[in-house]
Amino acid sequence: MQGFLLSATVYLAAAVVAVPIAKRFGLGSVLGYLIAGVVIGPSVLGFVGAERQDVMHAAEFGVVMMLFVIGLELEPALLWRLRGALLGLGGLQVLGTTVAAGGIAMALGLPWSQALAVGLILALSSTAIVLQTLQEKGWMKTDAGQKSFAVLLFQDLAVIPILAVLPLLAVTPDLALAPAAADHASGASWAEHLPGWQRALVTLGAVALLVGVGRSLVPALFRVIARARLRETFTAAALLLVIGIAVLMQLVGLSPALGTFLGGVVLATSEFRHELESDIEPFKGLLLGLFFIAVGASIDFLLIGAQFLVVAGLVAGLLAVKALVLWLLARGARMSHDQGLLFALALAQGGEFCFVLLSFAEQNAVLPSAVGKLLVAAVALSMAATPLLLLFWERVIAPRATSEPGAEREMDTPEEEHAVIIVGFGDFGSSVGRLLNASGVETTVLELDSDRVEVLRRLGLRVYYGDGAREDVMRSAGAERAKLVILCLGDAEANLELARSIRKHFPQLTILARAAGRLAAYELIESGVTHVYRESIDSAMRLGVDALRLLGRRGHAAWRAAQHFRRRDEENMRRLAAVFRDRATHLSLAREAIADLEASMRADGVSGAASDDTAWDAESLRREFGG
Amino acid sequence: MPRPVLILFAHPSYEKSRVHRRLARAVRDLPGVTLHDLYEAYPDHDIDVKREQALLVAHEVVVFQHPFYWYSVPPLLKQWMDLVLEHGWAYGSHGHALRGKALQVAMTAGGRDMAYGPEGFNRHTFREFLLPVEATARLCGMTFNAPWVVSGTHAMTDAAIAEAADGYVALIRRLGEG
Repeated sequence: MQGFLLSATVYLAAAVVAVPIAKRFGLGSVLGYLIAGVVIGPSVLGFVGAERQDVMHAAEFGVVMMLFVIGLELEPALLWRLRGALLGLGGLQVLGTTVAAGGIAMALGLPWSQALAVGLILALSSTAIVLQTLQEKGWMKTDAGQKSFAVLLFQDLAVIPILAVLPLLAVTPDLALAPAAADHASGASWAEHLPGWQRALVTLGAVALLVGVGRSLVPALFRVIARARLRETFTAAALLLVIGIAVLMQLVGLSPALGTFLGGVVLATSEFRHELESDIEPFKGLLLGLFFIAVGASIDFLLIGAQFLVVAGLVAGLLAVKALVLWLLARGARMSHDQGLLFALALAQGGEFCFVLLSFAEQNAVLPSAVGKLLVAAVALSMAATPLLLLFWERVIAPRATSEPGAEREMDTPEEEHAVIIVGFGDFGSSVGRLLNASGVETTVLELDSDRVEVLRRLGLRVYYGDGAREDVMRSAGAERAKLVILCLGDAEANLELARSIRKHFPQLTILARAAGRLAAYELIESGVTHVYRESIDSAMRLGVDALRLLGRRGHAAWRAAQHFRRRDEENMRRLAAVFRDRATHLSLAREAIADLEASMRADGVSGAASDDTAWDAESLRREFGG
Repeated sequence: MPRPVLILFAHPSYEKSRVHRRLARAVRDLPGVTLHDLYEAYPDHDIDVKREQALLVAHEVVVFQHPFYWYSVPPLLKQWMDLVLEHGWAYGSHGHALRGKALQVAMTAGGRDMAYGPEGFNRHTFREFLLPVEATARLCGMTFNAPWVVSGTHAMTDAAIAEAADGYVALIRRLGEG
């Protein structure tokens, strides 16, 4: 226990010190973690030792969680739209890099089987580093971001067949039957011992189970948990879901990352999407950070020092070959110049799966250990170089390509990111929401009553379970990119709290708030909300108009009286909001305002029009021309 | 001496308009021009009379820009006339607020020019149809300019619309220069 706490202290301290410094210098968090890893690693301070490998395995779970979150953000429809890039670009990238890197390896004197293994392994890029950096920079939705994502997804799929092929390349095939070596990639899979067709069946069954359960059972379960209103239970359930999927996938020999990604996509259309996303997010962030630290710590500077030129050449060669293949693909896919370069630089490194596959290949006697060690060092350094390459793109290339319209257009790919967020979907909120939807405006709706969410979803409305008061939930609902947020909670206190929190965290959002009554309206105005709507004033006016008509007033006169009254009353409310905390002043001003309004409205008995409404009034004409 | 121009723009369905959208955009940002979109400002027809009168006082030239509906102005513009041009302010023995200002109608009509005239389908000229507006201007002591009309908008090419927009800009500039 003490050992664990000590390690945790070292890792956390390294992260806490290094990441803010790296960010301060504009290097991004990934580089910060990597540097922290190098510093605490055996080459510099030597704080971390044997547990490094375990940490690495635990930390790889961060990648699994990241793919779950990414899946949540991806609607199946969008995934379908990416299919071309996924199969086309992804397939050609793996093929092209394998051939190019393998060819060079052969030219350097490796036998063809080893060269092929090296090519396959180096074709993979780092999902963790690339996606984390792209997200941090906000480039996920650019053309290059979307295509990088598609290629990474394909690579994740490709790991499975590569794992199957590698043992066949062994120098001595007898040694190849060492399934335990695949421990954490294909996992402790019992399905591995089944014949091929049964394995395929089991795999298909697991995926079907995942989709089926994800669609029906999981939302039902979350509904029950949400009803209990215990936040930590919900978080625990979210974690259980992700880990459960990962375990299931390992059992049948599929990639856990891919499985959780699929789980995420399945749940992307469910009402719990935003809540799940914000619950998993911090775990994902921490584990990924740990993973980057482990990568940094695993860089073997002794080896690099001993064979400096060889390693340097390998890193440069790896980056150059991969970037070249990617750049050619980008040209072929007609990406714009700067986006093509971003795509090429982003995916030029080796990936975390390279470590797994390299040790797997070594254990299967596919690659000699000397080659493996060199490649591990080269891959780790290439990963460390990636944030620097992207920094180079950001500072040098991007500024020169300002008027590339292609990138701009891709920005508004209509993911589920709406300009309007509605919080609270009772009678009031749903009336607003239905008007907007009927007028062709898409909205993201958050509601905390999970029973109501269920009913509304049955009616076909897109409503999400989520607490708008939580900043992270608002964030994942798209508050940073939205234009308007409409606050329709029935509880005036909660509505006000929410308005304050949004003003603080998302100052660019325009708030439109429902106010229960005059006092609630005052408080909202005081906290800086300009669009305030008292919930009963409009229906009160309509009722008043009908009452006047039932008493014999003409319809138009009654209607104008109400318009007039409403306008004056609104003006008074805004004036009085400035003094409402001061009871005495407020009381006297309010009394005055009411008297004024009544005087101005005093109908002249005959026409029924307000006395200061001179519209269509012939009195002065009669005086001038009536004789 | 430049004269500030107030364009009272009245179009109940701006989204669907082809010609007025282009006309309004063309003059919106000209110096010395205030484009006042009435249907945007008063969706409930609840016109703020004091604000409108202040706008009129601050400008020398008033332009009614609108489509020609049923041989007349759109209803909100008529409402505007009813409410804003008050007796004792715009006309009458004490109403001199608008005296000496100019009123220009700039409108669009679906039918062609030749449909408007004694021999034409509609029997009367645009000027004749606009007699109520002309008389209103006279009663308020304003000079009434000959109406500027883009006709035949039902069958108008984009090029012709662009040309009309250029003509409109020229008209507004001329009015502003006095």
